[in-house]
Amino acid sequence: MDKSSDIELRLLIEAIYLKYSYDFRDYSGASVKRRVAHALRQFDCATISALQERVLHDPAAFMQLLQFLTIPVSEMFRDPSHFLAIRQEVVPLLKTYPSIKIWIAGCSTGEEVYSMAILLREEGLLERTIIYATDINPASLDKAKQGIFSLENVRAYTANYQQAGGQRSFADYYTAAYDYAIFDKTLRENVTFADHSLATDSVFSETQLISCRNVLIYFNKKLQDRAFGLFHESLCHRGFLVLGSKETLDFSAFGKQFEPLVKQERIYRKL
Amino acid sequence: MNPVAAGPARVPGIEAIVIGASAGGVEALLTVFGELPSGFGLPIITVLHLPDERRSQLAEVFDRRVAMPVVEARDKEAIRPGTLYFAGPGYHLSVEHDHSLSLSQEDRVHHSRPAIDYLFESAADTYGPGLMAILLTGANHDGARGLAHVKQQGGTTVVQDPAEARVAVMPRAALALHTPDHILSLSRIGSLLASLEYSPC
Repeated sequence: MDKSSDIELRLLIEAIYLKYSYDFRDYSGASVKRRVAHALRQFDCATISALQERVLHDPAAFMQLLQFLTIPVSEMFRDPSHFLAIRQEVVPLLKTYPSIKIWIAGCSTGEEVYSMAILLREEGLLERTIIYATDINPASLDKAKQGIFSLENVRAYTANYQQAGGQRSFADYYTAAYDYAIFDKTLRENVTFADHSLATDSVFSETQLISCRNVLIYFNKKLQDRAFGLFHESLCHRGFLVLGSKETLDFSAFGKQFEPLVKQERIYRKL
Repeated sequence: MNPVAAGPARVPGIEAIVIGASAGGVEALLTVFGELPSGFGLPIITVLHLPDERRSQLAEVFDRRVAMPVVEARDKEAIRPGTLYFAGPGYHLSVEHDHSLSLSQEDRVHHSRPAIDYLFESAADTYGPGLMAILLTGANHDGARGLAHVKQQGGTTVVQDPAEARVAVMPRAALALHTPDHILSLSRIGSLLASLEYSPC
């Protein structure tokens, strides 16, 4: 069905790609359509074409739109059983490496990064690990670098942390100030935050573990396969790939090049 | 609009069915699906609001009591005919233009994720006049906007008779926004679905 609004949406996505090199062309359509509709109301634009004109001529407006197009929904130790499985099944194998490189792809505002860093510190691995935390949204990366989260959310994360096998008091990792929790900056001493797109960029390092959670659901199959291709290329032999709780390699051409280590928790190993 | 008393008319050309339900929804859905003959040929995609638990037993519960395959919807899965899909907890469920399912974690709608509105709107954008959308019992306003969008795109809309609904808030919210093709009791909704099977597509 080529309704006018569908045509306008395609043109907007194409314009963004041509002008700013952000590639949303192979994102899942239904969600992109809703997010653009949401942005239309916030920008007070009557049509997607009007929004397109605005972002084409005003880079600041595009950066604003980018905040709508990306979905910064995250939490620390999201799906605690997932992190428990990493601790129990993956960490013993990671310990056999003299140095470890981890890529957190689509790290958004950093919740996954701090979760992983805390887990690695408790397992005595953080000092010999380099974490690459990448995202397409510079505003999200800035927030991730600051490591400041609302205290209200951190209370919920505390329960997650404990269920995920946390060994200390979660409060040991942050300082509370007013309504915020400022996380221990030594957690990110070995973290490199970088702008990287799974849609347009290539592999930058060999890694032992890649975590990409609740990112691939926003991609269509073609783009999912591109991402899986990057992960396959980056991972060392027998490296680990961990996905979100509803993400799977089952429908991918790369399904046969990984084997599940803990299938229920979406933890895979490269074959 | 057919009056409540009238029997459901056959609706030709339906390719897919979407159903939304909230409070009282499990019993309502069991009544509706109980009417389906084995070998029912259309896909049915359902959002039933649930507490946000990690794993839902819905598919298992319904699989034992419905005469068609029942599965929890998975991201990027192609929609198969004759299959009943349930949205899992914590993620919105949408239909994509290539007739596959997708999951997302945008903000909650009417405190709900999955949201009925998102399923209905995306399915209407894909199936247009080939969609039948059914809204059942519930205690919030989710689904009303989505149902109106289904109608706008030429689809067929059905609302459970609020007089019969265990919780009438959701059906009433839908009726306040648009006039559906049918307002029916659960058993009549069941027979309407069963009759679709015999319609030539």
